[in-house]
Amino acid sequence: MNPESLLFAKTHEWVAVAETGGEKVATIGISKHAVEALTDLVFIELPKVGRSVDAEESFCEVESVKAVSDVYSPVTGEVVEVNEPLADQLEVLSDDPYGKGWIAKVKITDETSLAGLMDYEAYEKMCAEEA
Amino acid sequence: MSSTAELLRTPLYDWHAANGGRLVDFAGWAMPVQYRSIVEEHNATRQRVGLFDVSHMGRLTVQGAAAEMWLDGLATRRAAGTPVGRVRYSLICNESGGVLDDILFTRVTENRFDLVVNASNRAKLLDWFAEHAMADADLIDRTEATAMIAVQGPGAVEMVASLADADVASIRYYRSGEANIAGAPCVVSRTGYTGEDGFELIANANQAEAIWKALINLGAAACGLASRDTLRLEAGMPLYGHELRERLNPLHAGLGFAVDFEDADGGRRTFVGSDALLKAREDGSVARRVGLRVEGKRPPREEYRVLVDGRPCGVVTSGTHSPTLGYPIAMAYIEPELTQEGTRVAIDIRGTETPAMVVPLPFYKRS
Repeated sequence: MNPESLLFAKTHEWVAVAETGGEKVATIGISKHAVEALTDLVFIELPKVGRSVDAEESFCEVESVKAVSDVYSPVTGEVVEVNEPLADQLEVLSDDPYGKGWIAKVKITDETSLAGLMDYEAYEKMCAEEA
Repeated sequence: MSSTAELLRTPLYDWHAANGGRLVDFAGWAMPVQYRSIVEEHNATRQRVGLFDVSHMGRLTVQGAAAEMWLDGLATRRAAGTPVGRVRYSLICNESGGVLDDILFTRVTENRFDLVVNASNRAKLLDWFAEHAMADADLIDRTEATAMIAVQGPGAVEMVASLADADVASIRYYRSGEANIAGAPCVVSRTGYTGEDGFELIANANQAEAIWKALINLGAAACGLASRDTLRLEAGMPLYGHELRERLNPLHAGLGFAVDFEDADGGRRTFVGSDALLKAREDGSVARRVGLRVEGKRPPREEYRVLVDGRPCGVVTSGTHSPTLGYPIAMAYIEPELTQEGTRVAIDIRGTETPAMVVPLPFYKRS
């Protein structure tokens, strides 16, 4: 996926929204910046399919050698699919964070949180300022 | 992330900043936590040579006719009779036997000892030492005037020797000598904190970068505090603030080897905390430090609870994924009846009971 077409949360998750049959589903992952900052990933606790999640709620944990980090859902909805193979191939998260490294798909039940997300340019600017 | 602008800087700060060091606040110093990948830095040290700026650690000198007597009254290890050139690991305890710090001391001359103390404890120890001041034992804080560089790994001795004007390779383990390294006068100690062979070099602050760059040019990998932590954890070495605290004593931390209750003639030795430690030696009810091998991939972290049959029986003090062994490891304090090797326990990893087993320390020993 081209990162320039994605939306980003200030907590470094990305979102791609697709609409099928009148339902909006968000594919969620973590940004290249986040992956590079974490380094040395050793474990991911994927969210459970079927769980409800609120925007900005932690729904996944990624552990690096150094520390455990929460992944926050940028949207409100229900987890409808998770990227199971990631659990055994964490390097995919590092190698292709915007593609094969997606984490979960969430069926959006409340679209208001989408308005608070940044586009790629704004996100890159935030990262540059944090560095 | 907090600003690192107000922090103390080591003489190598500019090099770290220019070479991708991710700088963090560590005990009031701006220190590189990593340059690239922690695992790469860790493996470089295990397989070749890792280079660590440890200039944040406190370097104190005590000198004068009473230096030996003074240190002997404060350190758990015998300073009296320590031969010149010998380095000893020791604890400084309070009256209740609690650990104020773990230190290295080196007898430099008859009347001079050099101490290396933890950065986080330097101010506290300076106060403690001032309280216990003695005539003819003058204490000097040389931390900011000097730099300290650890060169660690199977190729470390050869590499340092190639830059030295004296035979540093003949300095034995836990002994110290002097040499010019890359032209800079250094105290060269065969010590480290990684489980590997190597040296720790102390030089004047203004010569640190010349030494550092000479070692980098020979292929040493710059390593940050994060890999230093995974290395020392594999080597089963305690870290102050984690395995060691003021409320814990060295015997229950498994550091009995660093407590001398007897003087050289076999008589009772007294030092601050010795009475309390003699009592602690008889007390079998206190939790003790163990190593744990953890199942699965998920590393336990500090303060996670250790459980037996769902009952809390201990607490993790350090945990990580071991890059050398390929599985998670931890050090923990657990109830004394559970410290037997092979004992099965569990660790509450954020709500998931994860099986673990008591294993001997260190986790990793170089062959």
